Amino acid sequence: MLLSMTGIDKSFSGVQVLVAAGLEIEPGEVMALVGQNGAGKSTLIKILTGAYRRDAGSIVFNGGEVDFSSPAESQAAGIATIYQEINLAPHRSVAENIFLAREPRRFGLVDRRALRAGARAVLERFKLDIDVERPLEDFGTATRQMVAIARGVTQNARLVIMDEPTSSLDEREVAVLFDTVRTLKADGVATIFISHRLDELYAICDRVTIMRDGRTVAVSPMRDIGKLQLVRAMLGKELTAFTASQRGGGEAGGTPFLDVSHLTSGLRVRDVTLAVGRGEIAGLAGLLGSGRTETARLIYAADRKDAGSVRVDGAERHYAGPADAIADGIGFVSEDRKVEGIVPDMSVRENMTLAVLPRLIRQGVVDQAEQQRIVESYVKALGIKCASPEQPIRELSGGNQQKVLLARWLCMNPRLLIVDEPTRGIDVGAKAEILKLIRGLADEGLSVLMISSELEELIAAADHVTVLSDGRSVDRFAAGELSEDRLMAAMAHQDDEAA
Amino acid sequence: MTTLDTAKPAEAPSPRRATLVWVSRYGTFVAFLALILFNLAVTPNFVSLQTLNVNLTQVATIVIVATGMTLVIATGGIDLSVGSLMAIAGALAPMVFLGTIVPIASPVLAVALAFVVPVAVAGALGWFNGVLITRYSIQPIVATLVLFIAGRGIAQVLTNGNLQVFRNEAFQFIALGRVFGIPAQVVIMAVVVAAAAFLIRRTGLGRQIIAVGGNEEAARLAGIPSVRVKRLVYTISGLLAGVAGLIVVARNSASDANLVGLGMELDAIAAVAVGGTLLTGGRANILGTLLGACVIQLVRYTLLANGVPDAAALIVKAGLIVAAVFIQQRAERG
Repeated sequence: MLLSMTGIDKSFSGVQVLVAAGLEIEPGEVMALVGQNGAGKSTLIKILTGAYRRDAGSIVFNGGEVDFSSPAESQAAGIATIYQEINLAPHRSVAENIFLAREPRRFGLVDRRALRAGARAVLERFKLDIDVERPLEDFGTATRQMVAIARGVTQNARLVIMDEPTSSLDEREVAVLFDTVRTLKADGVATIFISHRLDELYAICDRVTIMRDGRTVAVSPMRDIGKLQLVRAMLGKELTAFTASQRGGGEAGGTPFLDVSHLTSGLRVRDVTLAVGRGEIAGLAGLLGSGRTETARLIYAADRKDAGSVRVDGAERHYAGPADAIADGIGFVSEDRKVEGIVPDMSVRENMTLAVLPRLIRQGVVDQAEQQRIVESYVKALGIKCASPEQPIRELSGGNQQKVLLARWLCMNPRLLIVDEPTRGIDVGAKAEILKLIRGLADEGLSVLMISSELEELIAAADHVTVLSDGRSVDRFAAGELSEDRLMAAMAHQDDEAA
Repeated sequence: MTTLDTAKPAEAPSPRRATLVWVSRYGTFVAFLALILFNLAVTPNFVSLQTLNVNLTQVATIVIVATGMTLVIATGGIDLSVGSLMAIAGALAPMVFLGTIVPIASPVLAVALAFVVPVAVAGALGWFNGVLITRYSIQPIVATLVLFIAGRGIAQVLTNGNLQVFRNEAFQFIALGRVFGIPAQVVIMAVVVAAAAFLIRRTGLGRQIIAVGGNEEAARLAGIPSVRVKRLVYTISGLLAGVAGLIVVARNSASDANLVGLGMELDAIAAVAVGGTLLTGGRANILGTLLGACVIQLVRYTLLANGVPDAAALIVKAGLIVAAVFIQQRAERG
C-alpha cells in the first residue's frame, strides 16, 4: 500500500466537511476520485498535501505515518500535485520550470548545460520533444501540464495528484496526457485522477473512490462499476427537504418564452438546445462540468456565444451584455454568491436594489423613499432575517443572502429568471422556502430556468428538465416522465459517437 | 471547497477590535482635533484669520485633486497622472488668455476660454486614462503612469519649457479673489467636496461607483455599466486636476511646467489613505479625504511654525500614512 488515509475528519468554523473520510492507493495505481461539488474531494486532497491540517484520522504514506504541515513537505516526501491552474512560472523557460528552486549548480552558479540536459532527459521519457529553452508560456495547456508532471517526476514523486487535468484540453491533448499517466504507471508512480468526465475515468483509471457529503461512500475497481451505478453513488439520496407536488405548469404549446437552439461556445458548451415556456419552471441538469452554468451565462450574455440562437418572446436577441438582457426582463441569480452575487461591504438595502437602481433615479438622485419601500416589502415577503436593512450583507447567513439576491431580481418584475444552484450552501429549511418561493412565482406567470445538481429538487419543482452532458443537451423529460433513475441515466450518457 | 456556508453569528467584537474600529472610523478626526489643541497651546498667533487662510489656501488644491482620487480609488483604481494633468492645464491657461495659440480679441471671452479649455483638455486626458484601463485591460497604475510621464513632457513642449509670467486679474480671481471674504479657491474646494459627497451618497452613479469597486463581476451581472462608470471617474479626476492646475498658476502669477502639480498624485493618495478610504476599493469617504488632507497640511504647518524644517515634515507625513493604513487593516481583519 502506497497511501492509506483513514478516519479523516475536518471542520471549518463549525461545519463538518469531512466525516471519517478515507482513501487508499496501491503503488502504480491510477485512482479516480469523484464526487459532487462540496463532497469533500479537494479538502481531502489538501489535507493529504499539507495545505490544511486534519482534525482527526491518520495518513500512512510510503510505509510510514506522516503529518505534513505544508505543501512543500509533502512535495519533498514524494507527492506532486498538478493543479487546474498550473502553478509554474510562465515567463521562465521549460527547463527552468522543471528545476525551479532545485537548479543544478556549479561553482555556486546555475549550471545551464546540466539544466538543459536534465530537462531534455526527463521530457524524453514522456515522448515530448520541445525546445526546453523557450518560455513555458509559448506552449499549450497540455504541454504545460506535462512540464508540471515532469517537474514532479524529477522530485522522485511516488504519487501524482491531477485535479481536473483535462478540463481545458481538447481530445488530442487528452490522449497525450493519458500516455503520460501510463508512463508514470509503468514506473510504479501512482496517480490520483480527479475528473467529472466519466468516459475518461473508464479509459485511464484502475479503481474509483466515490465521495459524498464528506464521506467516502464507495471504492470499486473501474470495471466492476457501471456508469449509472457510479453516478448514483455520487449523487446519493438527500433528506427530502420539500414535498413533490404537481404544479399546474405553464402554458403548453404556443411559442416558448425562451427558445435556445444549438448554442455553442468554446469547449464547454458544444450544442445546447432548450426552451422555457411562459410560467414554466424548466430544469437544467447535468454533472459538474457539463456546461450548465456556461449555458446560463451565454443566455444572459455574461459571456459571448460562438454560434446558435437565443430567442426571447419569439424574436432572436443579440444582447451585448447583461444590461441588455436585464432590460429585456431577464434576471440571473448566479451560482457563486460570494464572487458573482453579493457586494460584501454594501448593505442589504443596496445589494437588493443594485439592479433596479436605474429605475429609482429621479434627476440623477436615488429616490430613497421608494428604495426603502421596496426593501421593506421584500424583507417581509421573503422573510429575510437581518438586524436592519443597513446591515452589511456579508454578515448574513447563506440562505438570507440568497433571498436578498432573489429579491434583487424580483423587484425588477422580470419575465424570465435564471437561477443557478439556488439552494447551494444553505440549510435545509431555507432550501424548502426558496423552492416554494420559486414555484409561487412561476404560478404567477414568471418563467424560470433552474439549474440544480440536486435531482429531487428538479423533480419537485420543474415542469420539464433538459439534461446536459459534456456540453450537449442530450435528453429532455416532461414532468410525468421525471425520475431520478432516468435523469441519472441521461447524465451518465456521454456522446461517444459524436466525440 | 468554495461553497462553505460560513454564516457568522453576530458575535461581539473583542474590545481590542472595537477600539481599532473606533480609531479607524474617528481617528482622523481625533488627530485633527489634537493637532488644533496642540497648536493652540504651543504655536504663537495660531488663532488668526491669516493662519486659517494660509492653511486653507494651501490645502485647497490637494483636496480638490484628492476628491477625484477618492472616486477613482473607490472603483479599485488609482490615478497617477493628476500632477501632470495639472501641469498641462496650468500651461494651457496663460497661453489662451495671452493669445499665444490664437489671438482672442475679447478679453472676457479669452478669460472664459482660459477656464474652459484647459479643464476640458485635462478631462479628456482623464477619459483617455479610463479608455486605456477599460478597453485594453491595462492595470490602472500602469495606464495612468503613461500620462504621469508623458503629461509633464506635453506641458513642457507646449511652453517650450519657458516660464510664463502673467498678470490677469479676472483669471487670477480663482486664486486671489474672495467671495464674502472667503478665498475663492476655498469656495471651489468646498463646492467640489460637497458635490462629491452628494454624488457618493445620494446619486445612482455614486452607488454604482461603490458597487463596481466592491465586486466588479457582481456589479456587471447586475447590469451596472462598469466600463462607463470607470471611464467617468477617471474623467472626473482629470477635470478636477485641471481645476487645481489653474488655481496653482493663478496663485503664482506664473506657470512653470516643471513644477506645477509636482508630487501632487502622492499627496492626493496620502490624503485619501489617511482619510480612511480603503485603497482596495468599494468605499469612498469624501469627508475623510478632506480631513486627511487637513491633517497632513496641519502637521506640516505645525512643524514649520515651530521651526522644524520642511524635509522633516515629509518624514512625519510618511509616518501618518503608515499609521492610518495599519489601523485600517487591523480594524478590517479584527
